[in-house]
Amino acid sequence: MNEHRLRIYRTEGVVLARRDWGEADRLVTLFSPSHGKLRAVAPGARKPQTRKSGHLELFTRGHFVLAKGRTFDKITQAHTEAYYPRLRSDLQGVARAALACELVDRFVPEGDTHPPLYDLLARTLERLDAGEPPDVTMLFYQVRLLALVGFAPNLTTCVLCGQPLMPADHAFSHDEGGVVCMSCATPGLRLRPLPLPALKVLRFLQAAAWPTARRLRLDPFTRRHVTALLHQYTAHVLEREPRSARFLREISAHDR
Amino acid sequence: MSAPEGALPTSVARLIEELSKLPGIGPKTASRLTFYLLRAPDEQVNALAEAVRALKLGLVECERCCHIAESSPCAICRDEGREQSVVCVVEDPLDVVAIERTGAYRGLYHVLHGAISPVEGILPQDLRIAQLIARLDREPIREVILATNPSLEGETTATYIVRQIGDRPIRVTRLARGLPMGGDLEYADEMTLIRALEGRSEVQ
Ligand SMILES: [Zn+2]
Ligand SMILES: [Zn+2]
Repeated sequence: MNEHRLRIYRTEGVVLARRDWGEADRLVTLFSPSHGKLRAVAPGARKPQTRKSGHLELFTRGHFVLAKGRTFDKITQAHTEAYYPRLRSDLQGVARAALACELVDRFVPEGDTHPPLYDLLARTLERLDAGEPPDVTMLFYQVRLLALVGFAPNLTTCVLCGQPLMPADHAFSHDEGGVVCMSCATPGLRLRPLPLPALKVLRFLQAAAWPTARRLRLDPFTRRHVTALLHQYTAHVLEREPRSARFLREISAHDR
Repeated sequence: MSAPEGALPTSVARLIEELSKLPGIGPKTASRLTFYLLRAPDEQVNALAEAVRALKLGLVECERCCHIAESSPCAICRDEGREQSVVCVVEDPLDVVAIERTGAYRGLYHVLHGAISPVEGILPQDLRIAQLIARLDREPIREVILATNPSLEGETTATYIVRQIGDRPIRVTRLARGLPMGGDLEYADEMTLIRALEGRSEVQ
């Protein structure tokens, strides 16, 4: 049989998730720039003698050969392009990479292709591995991801009255997905405080290119504030807190 | 994929449903097993039912190594002929079985009951890591062999334990790379495990 009959295809991809499947197989979730998010079975992947196992580890970027299947496609070959060994060597690195992958997994429906998001994810894993400032890397990632999947918070005008925002402290509404000016901020609304420095950081992350963004220096208060706000907003949009976000928070609290 | 209401007797549908909840068993396999049991001799079916029922009765976690056993301390911990200064740290009870099968290891064990996993939300405090560290301060242990799976979760767990052991005067080793990344320890053949144990190397 030729390749066409077997319906074989090749793709690059990042391993977003994997779980045990059947006797000794794994069900792998790949994010591919050309085929989008897809789940495929890796036969025998839990057996140590199956050589492709190592290429199917979480967060690995590689090239894959798949065969069309009835329920799930089958991964017949896998070859690692980037393994990101440095980010794997510490708990926080693993937690951050897990969060990056989980967010894509949660936001992207199966079958959806999204090349710019693939690019963002691959670059973020690279940055975490290369020792770029991890907090800024993750904040940049979350802000850009929200924009790419259509949930960018409105940071320029008040989401209630539409007036341009004055350079002052404001509030943030998860329900409305943006900033609420002080004259609209009535006690009945579920609002979070948004100090001016935090708003500036969010705007900067929305607009700046990475070479500029990476130089961002954050005072501890603003960093905590922006981190918490983005986590809460993301959890609100997803209607559940990502598991890795909780993990990252507990690990970080433990380390500090 | 459950059968339409009334298509199967309740007892049959119920067993299919219960079996489908087991790892690695889908509705198809569950149906096949159920119909196999339906045709099997009564003694065999009763023996299975009795074994399942007895499973949770009288089983305890060993107070020392956290292995699943009929009594605590477990048979391995009670065996004074075993090397008392070496502890092999594994994720699951099945890994103890796999290593015991090789006959090449004569030390003690410590069973973590899982591995750290950000994606599954499994944190260090969900595992028996604190119990391991307490053992190190109580028992004359000179070597800890980290035999967690060669997977992201297993490596992460090993890294975390190394950090927790800190500067205690203990030799910490990791199974040799004979086990490729991504595989599961319990699936390794005996020769591979023996080579991995013999070729273990010091961490850092
Ligand atoms: Zn307003
Ligand atoms: Zn024991």
